[in-house]
Amino acid sequence: MSNIILEVRNLKKHFKTPKGMLHAVDGVNFSIEKGKTLGIVGESGCGKSTTGRVILRLLEATDGEIFFEGQNIREFNKNQMRKLREDMQIIFQDPFASLNPRMTVSEIIGEPLIIHKLVSNKKELSEKIKELMDLVGLSQRLLNTYPHELDGGRRQRIGIARALSLNPKFIVCDEPVSALDVSIQAQVLNLMQDLQQKLELTFMFITHDLSVVKHFSDDVAVMYLGQLVEKAPSNELFKNPRHPYTKALLSAIPVADLKHKMDRIELHGEITSPINPAEGCRFAKRCAYVRPECSHGDPTLNEISDGHFVACHLVDNLVKNK
Amino acid sequence: MSDKLLNIKNLSIEYRTEDGVVKAVNGINLDLKEGETLGLVGETGAGKTTTALGMMRLIPNPPGKIKGGSIEFEGRDLLSLSEDDMRGIRGNKISMIFQDPMTSLNPVLSVGEQISEVILIHQNINTEAAIDKAEEMLELVGIPGGRYNDYPHQFSGGMKQRVVIAIALACNPKLLIADEPTTALDVTIQAQVLDLMNNLKEKFKTAMLMITHDLGVVAQVCDKVAIMYGGEIIEYGKIEDIFESTKHPYTKGLFGSIPNLVSDAKRLSPIKGTMPDPTNLPSGCPFHPRCDMAKNICSDRIPKHTNIDGHRIKCLIFEEETKKQWI
Repeated sequence: MSNIILEVRNLKKHFKTPKGMLHAVDGVNFSIEKGKTLGIVGESGCGKSTTGRVILRLLEATDGEIFFEGQNIREFNKNQMRKLREDMQIIFQDPFASLNPRMTVSEIIGEPLIIHKLVSNKKELSEKIKELMDLVGLSQRLLNTYPHELDGGRRQRIGIARALSLNPKFIVCDEPVSALDVSIQAQVLNLMQDLQQKLELTFMFITHDLSVVKHFSDDVAVMYLGQLVEKAPSNELFKNPRHPYTKALLSAIPVADLKHKMDRIELHGEITSPINPAEGCRFAKRCAYVRPECSHGDPTLNEISDGHFVACHLVDNLVKNK
Repeated sequence: MSDKLLNIKNLSIEYRTEDGVVKAVNGINLDLKEGETLGLVGETGAGKTTTALGMMRLIPNPPGKIKGGSIEFEGRDLLSLSEDDMRGIRGNKISMIFQDPMTSLNPVLSVGEQISEVILIHQNINTEAAIDKAEEMLELVGIPGGRYNDYPHQFSGGMKQRVVIAIALACNPKLLIADEPTTALDVTIQAQVLDLMNNLKEKFKTAMLMITHDLGVVAQVCDKVAIMYGGEIIEYGKIEDIFESTKHPYTKGLFGSIPNLVSDAKRLSPIKGTMPDPTNLPSGCPFHPRCDMAKNICSDRIPKHTNIDGHRIKCLIFEEETKKQWI
């Protein structure tokens, strides 16, 4: 148990909107082991990015608990939180928007070091910056360039170097490769894998790209309208998906292989509104196997086999009847 | 020859900018038959969208200029048509679906008006008939005709893209150019839209040029594939040629870069380096600085097309004169 670096319990984040309460994250439970990667997948609007931000307390949770190395960080005050940020970092999706256009590469990477007073003089600072640039494969001649002079792949490397500058233990990666071309995407993914091994990092990898998540994660959690519907070790989830939504999602991925026969489960309609959701399973409206009991009571995540959790009334019944 | 709906020969397009001349498209050849779907694949800056805009004669001039070549459509060279004649073709015989449905619709016109507008311009019918036709088009793409008077902001992303498809197909075009039509959509919605496009394409026998960077999408919808790099088509062939007997090192690199759901490779094998600067393309083969197979000769000699039963590859490894260097 002591191996668990992050655990969230019943995490909720609701936003007030003119139309009512928007349940962006609605009772999420999971934990991540040290040195592992948890992939969070889902379609736009399912609350995956909000979950990442709430965990880092960039957004304040509405309810629930967040334990980092055994401590409930929701009770931390400002100073404790600042200290904690050395251990928890984030890599953002859009390397074009997440870097200050008026700062040079070395200023961007060095800023966290100065704020957290991890260097004592200029020489140490510039050495540390150069070290970080080497680590992520940025050539030192780019020290004094501005972000607009660089391509997407290099900019994302700056984002990674900045996140690594404080020597964190845990990094939330919010769609880190979605804005990149495929050949560059592969370079960045390989880099992140190398860094994870070298620095024993723990990742929470948020993405909508299921092929990337399969490649990159140890465990995968599937989100739908603010809730986890299924969580399992990566291979298990892709081989043996149980939740109807996961099945449909997996069958919708176009595979670059002519021999791969598609048995697509077509989902009708689109993701419904997360504002004041009705009682019952949130996927019921689009589900092909919907039964009357689906509109009563939220399904809970139940373990159906080793490490494989599913939140579906139907799967519960199947398991019980066996 | 006459069965070719579209025949592009030696098309070159460049942009003149303050930083120099950007050679966006360099002498490409493409052809399409009726009802066929061609996938145009490449990374950012490969010249895919410029090729499409060139075919519609929508390249902004200045700075863009079509330098040479010909685009033959139904036997006529589009490049020699007057602007009036071209207007009669755009949206009528050739229409285009743009990447981002959020920005390609007019926010202050109802979706119905935007569909009937195309019909009124190109077909000789009265307003009422055009409205009927527009409602019919909406139903066809799976939107209730009763939403004729709704505005784009009242629709979700997938629905908006359906509206864009309805506009593009309203005049029953011969050729549909789809520029990354599903890139901005979620996977389940992407699957719906691709299915819809496949069905409509069969129903109307429309030829389609599908621009994408997603080889998965290509595998699902295309009959032929052209891989673009640095403004050139470096590999071209039937879908089986490209997917099952991949030849060009760049195409191989693309396949190595995508995480595959089917196989369990623990590590990706990306292409090294980045896309070349289009104002300063490398000499010889544009791919040689990133190519693992490159030899000295690759930097001086521009590869020609080697044709193996219709599978065309632009690489010195396959050319008669030079291939012995790799044996």
